[in-house]
Amino acid sequence: MSLVAEAPASEAAPAVPVSAAPIVRITALRKSYGSNEVLKGIDLEVRRGEVIAIIGKSGSGKSTLLRCINGLEVFQEGSLTVDGKPLLHESAMAMRELRQHVGMIFQSFNLFPHLTVGKNVMLAPTLVKKRSAVEAASQARKLLARVGLAEKFDAMPDQLSGGQQQRVAIARALAMEPAVLLCDEITSALDPELVGEVLRVVESLAVEGMTLLMVTHEMSFARKVSDRVIFMHQGRVHEMGPPAELFGSPRTPELQQFLSSLHD
Amino acid sequence: MTDFSLWDILRNLLLALRWTVVLSLIAFVGGGVVGGLLLFARLSGGPFVDRLIGLYVQVFQGTPLLMQLFLAYFGIALFGVDVSAWTAASVALTLYTSAFLTEIWRGCVASIPKGQWEASGSLALGFGEQMRHVILPQATRIAVAPTVGFLVQVIKGTALASVIGFIELTKAGSMISNATFKPFVVFSCVALLYFVLCFPVSLYAKNLERKINVAGR
Amino acid sequence: MGIEFDFGAVLGQWPLLVRGVTWTLGLTAIATVIGMVVGVACAWARAGGPTWLRWVVGSYVELIRNTPFIVQLFFIFFGLPSLGVRLSSETASVIAMTLNLGAYAAEIVRAGIEATPRGQLEAARSLAMTERQVFLDVVLPPSLGRVWPAMTSQIVIVMLGSAVCGQISTQELSYAANLIQSRNFRAFEAFIIATVIYLALSVAARRLLNWAGPKYFFGR
Repeated sequence: MSLVAEAPASEAAPAVPVSAAPIVRITALRKSYGSNEVLKGIDLEVRRGEVIAIIGKSGSGKSTLLRCINGLEVFQEGSLTVDGKPLLHESAMAMRELRQHVGMIFQSFNLFPHLTVGKNVMLAPTLVKKRSAVEAASQARKLLARVGLAEKFDAMPDQLSGGQQQRVAIARALAMEPAVLLCDEITSALDPELVGEVLRVVESLAVEGMTLLMVTHEMSFARKVSDRVIFMHQGRVHEMGPPAELFGSPRTPELQQFLSSLHD
Repeated sequence: MTDFSLWDILRNLLLALRWTVVLSLIAFVGGGVVGGLLLFARLSGGPFVDRLIGLYVQVFQGTPLLMQLFLAYFGIALFGVDVSAWTAASVALTLYTSAFLTEIWRGCVASIPKGQWEASGSLALGFGEQMRHVILPQATRIAVAPTVGFLVQVIKGTALASVIGFIELTKAGSMISNATFKPFVVFSCVALLYFVLCFPVSLYAKNLERKINVAGR
Repeated sequence: MGIEFDFGAVLGQWPLLVRGVTWTLGLTAIATVIGMVVGVACAWARAGGPTWLRWVVGSYVELIRNTPFIVQLFFIFFGLPSLGVRLSSETASVIAMTLNLGAYAAEIVRAGIEATPRGQLEAARSLAMTERQVFLDVVLPPSLGRVWPAMTSQIVIVMLGSAVCGQISTQELSYAANLIQSRNFRAFEAFIIATVIYLALSVAARRLLNWAGPKYFFGR
């Protein structure tokens, strides 16, 4: 279990007010891989500006749920709407539209190795939002400065450490100005000493009011930053609530077992 | 019968070598163009087209090049077209090359990690944009070494065109061998000339492969 | 257009086709067995033999891989008699196919051997096994398993390449097709049928090798 390296002097939970209408609404979602049902009926509403941490054992369906929200996984039953618009897998145009509002950060960064850091960030705004190269470049520089990598604009991804690559990935996703950011175990592939720099960036996003859904193993970070924690077990939302409640007084034996196993 | 010197033999072989080189280039370039079109069709045409082209590849990879040459020669003639050895050899070798190259290139595209597709897709790039800006630039880098390596196979393949009467290095070798009664010398020279043509290309391909592996992705 | 096909005329000559297929498979089988032995021997020599041997094997491999099979065949059948070595066309075909497969097998097996994890060698030597035992019992079987798809492909390539042996009158399948079409002038039909048979043979050979490999060569 790792802790955030230094605790910045900001509040634990965002002070930005959250608006009423849910930005993501999931109803009775079911997903199977062949005969193996991985998500067994998920109901979830995410409010704008909310920060949600999703925890659970591997195989509990956490990543699958996240990947359903931006359409990387196809679900068989139930409904999923983002910003009022339902997810339509068959329509490529609808998916493109969705992905302009939902960004994703991956465990293995997935930077484009043949492009410089700057071009990585600029690519999507140039192609999808039709920004001019000049506009996109200036936006990229601002975002890279925001994640603390202004000087790496012309570097190639393989010249960067893992933590730096992940921060570039965050800048790249932010360039599309998404309403929701999905973080799929974004620090799990990092050496321990690099985790803190990434978590600091995520925390600053939370403070600014970004809607975040994070699948994470960083429990103390989740406790500190999230509004709500969801514990998933065998494809279902097993427990859900504010972090103090969930971590402090876990109700079900499965969650108790999960939390105690982390202390080993 | 005058005695033929080694230089006489080599001189005639070198003249025929020209046609080996020309046929190789026709097949390689032509096959590359057709292979590229097939790759494009395969990637964007849906499962039926993919399977169809897969079958095309299987036929060319699962049958002897010699048979393909014979079929081109006799097949084209069926349509009443006057088929020369040049036409038949060019058509057969071009299609043969296209099948192998499209398969090599498809493999290169398939070897790009899924994460690249997912990341670019998550950034709302469409399929065409993903291919053009993210996938193909990376796949092309990987594809250079095996593509150059296949050129060696094409050059060796032109030797079979001799069987349908195409005058290239091997055919010339047979003819000169019959004329000079020096088969050992002649075929040694033929082998040597192919070696001189192919070995540098093989080395270059191996070099390219080493460079790609060292440089990482 | 009025093109008339007469496949019956070709299929009627099925005994010739059967004989051709038998020869093709027979030549391939012999070349496979001996060629693989040659390949393994060469790979072993290149991995741990004296420098001069490595150079000889390396030259052999590069020579075969950078010259066309038909030229190798013609050299053995037409060229060697100048040195007093006169071979029947069948013998020449087998030798050419064996040497050809041997060179490719040498490279393929070498790649497999080089991928052997260090720990395997260290463990085997710690158990006081001789170098020969280490190679044959610890290194070789997993190496073959690793490269079996490549080896299978190469064997199929040699089988398809055997079509050229008909040019020196070895009575394999392409020779049979040629013979048939010279009798009834049904060239296109004869070659189409032969091609289809070759395709079936290559599919069958691949299946057979995928089954036989684990069973006999590297037990999984």
